[in-house]
Amino acid sequence: MRTPLRPLARILQARQEGLNPDSIERENLKLRHEAAREKARGRAQLRLMFLCLSFVAAFVSIGARMGLMAATDPVEPRSSAPGAEIIAQRADITDRNGRVLATNMTTHALYAHPKVMVDPKGTAVKLAEIFPELDPKALERRFTDGRSFVWIRKVLSPEQMQRVHEIGDPGLLFGPREMRLYPNGTLAAHVLGGTSFGAEGVHSAEVIGVAGIEKAMDARLRDPAQGGEPLTLSIDLTLQSTIEEVLAAGMGMLNAKGAAAILMDARTGEILALASLPTFDPNDRPNPLVDKNAEPGDSPLFNRAVQGVYELGSTFKIFAVAQAMELGLVNPQTLVDANAPMIWGKHRIKEFEGHNYGPLLAVTDVIAKSSNVGTAHIALMIGPLRQQQFLKSLGFFEPTPVELVEAPGAKPLIPKKWPEIVTITTSYGHGMSASPMHLAAAYAAIANGGVMIKPTLLKREGPTTGVRVMSEKTAEESVKMLRRVVLEGTATLGDVPGYEVAGKTGTADKPKKSGGYYKDKVVNTFASMFPASNPQYVLIVTLDEPQDDTLSQTRRTAGWTAVPVAAEIIRRVAPLMGLRPKLEPVATDAVTAASN
Amino acid sequence: MRPVLYVLSFLALIALGFWAYRENYATQAALKEVERLQRQISGLREALTVQRAEWAYLNRPDRLRQLATANFDRLGLMPMEPSQFGTAAQVAYPAAKLPEISFTTDIQGTIGSGAEGL
Repeated sequence: MRTPLRPLARILQARQEGLNPDSIERENLKLRHEAAREKARGRAQLRLMFLCLSFVAAFVSIGARMGLMAATDPVEPRSSAPGAEIIAQRADITDRNGRVLATNMTTHALYAHPKVMVDPKGTAVKLAEIFPELDPKALERRFTDGRSFVWIRKVLSPEQMQRVHEIGDPGLLFGPREMRLYPNGTLAAHVLGGTSFGAEGVHSAEVIGVAGIEKAMDARLRDPAQGGEPLTLSIDLTLQSTIEEVLAAGMGMLNAKGAAAILMDARTGEILALASLPTFDPNDRPNPLVDKNAEPGDSPLFNRAVQGVYELGSTFKIFAVAQAMELGLVNPQTLVDANAPMIWGKHRIKEFEGHNYGPLLAVTDVIAKSSNVGTAHIALMIGPLRQQQFLKSLGFFEPTPVELVEAPGAKPLIPKKWPEIVTITTSYGHGMSASPMHLAAAYAAIANGGVMIKPTLLKREGPTTGVRVMSEKTAEESVKMLRRVVLEGTATLGDVPGYEVAGKTGTADKPKKSGGYYKDKVVNTFASMFPASNPQYVLIVTLDEPQDDTLSQTRRTAGWTAVPVAAEIIRRVAPLMGLRPKLEPVATDAVTAASN
Repeated sequence: MRPVLYVLSFLALIALGFWAYRENYATQAALKEVERLQRQISGLREALTVQRAEWAYLNRPDRLRQLATANFDRLGLMPMEPSQFGTAAQVAYPAAKLPEISFTTDIQGTIGSGAEGL
């Protein structure tokens, strides 16, 4: 109800009393203004209050959310797309065709909480029944001496796990375990090496490589960023298996202590097969030898192909000859002095079994007949300095760069000083030691036309580049000489019809620990390549202490031991690689078939 | 006019509340489903690695060699040898297809009339 500014009754009364009626109006106006101001103030207060409350609500909700986030455990976003999660397990290893060489399996580890055990004694006895290697008394002692945690076994098979379940003691607990599995057993054991557990927890354990490529490529295999992408090796499972089979048979037949073989692609440096016997099962790696007097070669863990640093004997001769041809000092038909025995200072250089191929011998026959004296004279023409440089360029002064943890440790044994007598002995492979892997890489350089490439155990994509160490012509001439060794020289047993094997034998006496050489212990090597007209593959076969007792005579030369084994390997392996045997040109029929 | 607006906005509020409630539960159900599927996927992946290991174990060269030897009389498998390579010339041409006999009465036909029957 709006009150009028000049109410008539009061105005009339004021007029009668002689007062100014305007004062009444002013008074009323003032009252009206006051009321309006009061109303505006109230509204403004309300607005301020509302704004204040809004701010409080906003800050409280933010604060509450922050508090909640700080107080709760982190959780993975639940709606992420599958495949984006990190694959924590160790990557598989496959051969070049994708066949599995090493993979993982989930098993369980067994541990115990003795404090919650119902019947420690009975449990110990029952566990010992399942696992014969456990001692029930020792186990019972560990269960009852007050500790609250006991590891019992690192890995269980599903059957064993079921039997442990059947014991039914609440104190026995299982922890998931990732286990490395090598489904092919002993195959390529020296390449793969093996694994063991690193840091162990109840919920998981770290699998770490302990030898071979598992250790050399450990970081790559464990890298979660690789997303479990398998590591593809250059090894071919079929070839590896065939070579191991033939090599084992040959080793048994020749009573050898050990054997090694390397098959390498001469162009790319990929190692297609690498075998070392005796071998072991990487699923159950034997312990290293503890006996101080034992030679490292006595352990099956010893990789003869990479770690076996031997004097490789006459297989070295081709390097001296190739270098002399490269330098233009000789050509295959040059006659060199081969009059045995050669006297150099107080040393006498003899031929095998006291032969004398002299007085003069063509260079190509020096290789075919494996003449020490002829090679020595060629080496003297080259001189120590150039000889060292050439051998260095072929990689004989450094450990091989192959991806095995054992490789960097296998340093070739190089004479400290290099007088001329060392030049002479090195030219026919004595006084200097290297591994079969070194030899394979150097022979690959001859086979592929003179380019030194890096040997590798990983599958290579695309072309390979290397350093040229000799001209293509020299390499070609060298291969021709090596072919003659097989056709009419020391390795005639190595000829495989259709595959044109070329190679060089080497027989070296084993050095005694006390100095000097054994009379009846040798290392036989056959370094070969095939097919000679276009060499694609290099095969090195080494036998440790072989002897051939057939034909009522004991023979220890490579031509009778390593060569036939290598020939059998080539005969079996070449067809598997799709290498078509080269047929001798068939004489056209004198009479042409005709029909009337 | 105003009361109608109030009623409408109140109804809209109820509708939105109902929609949000439903979406919330649908999301939770979807998340549960995703979790279940992911568990299933990881389970299947694990099974797959086991199968792959089993496959590799059953196909290990040693075992295949033994099986080939044991079943030699049935399969006659031998290691591959150089002599097993042939040349294209050794492969016989496929035998020429004989024309079908469609008209039995043509048996007595004259030379040259057979082609019309085909």
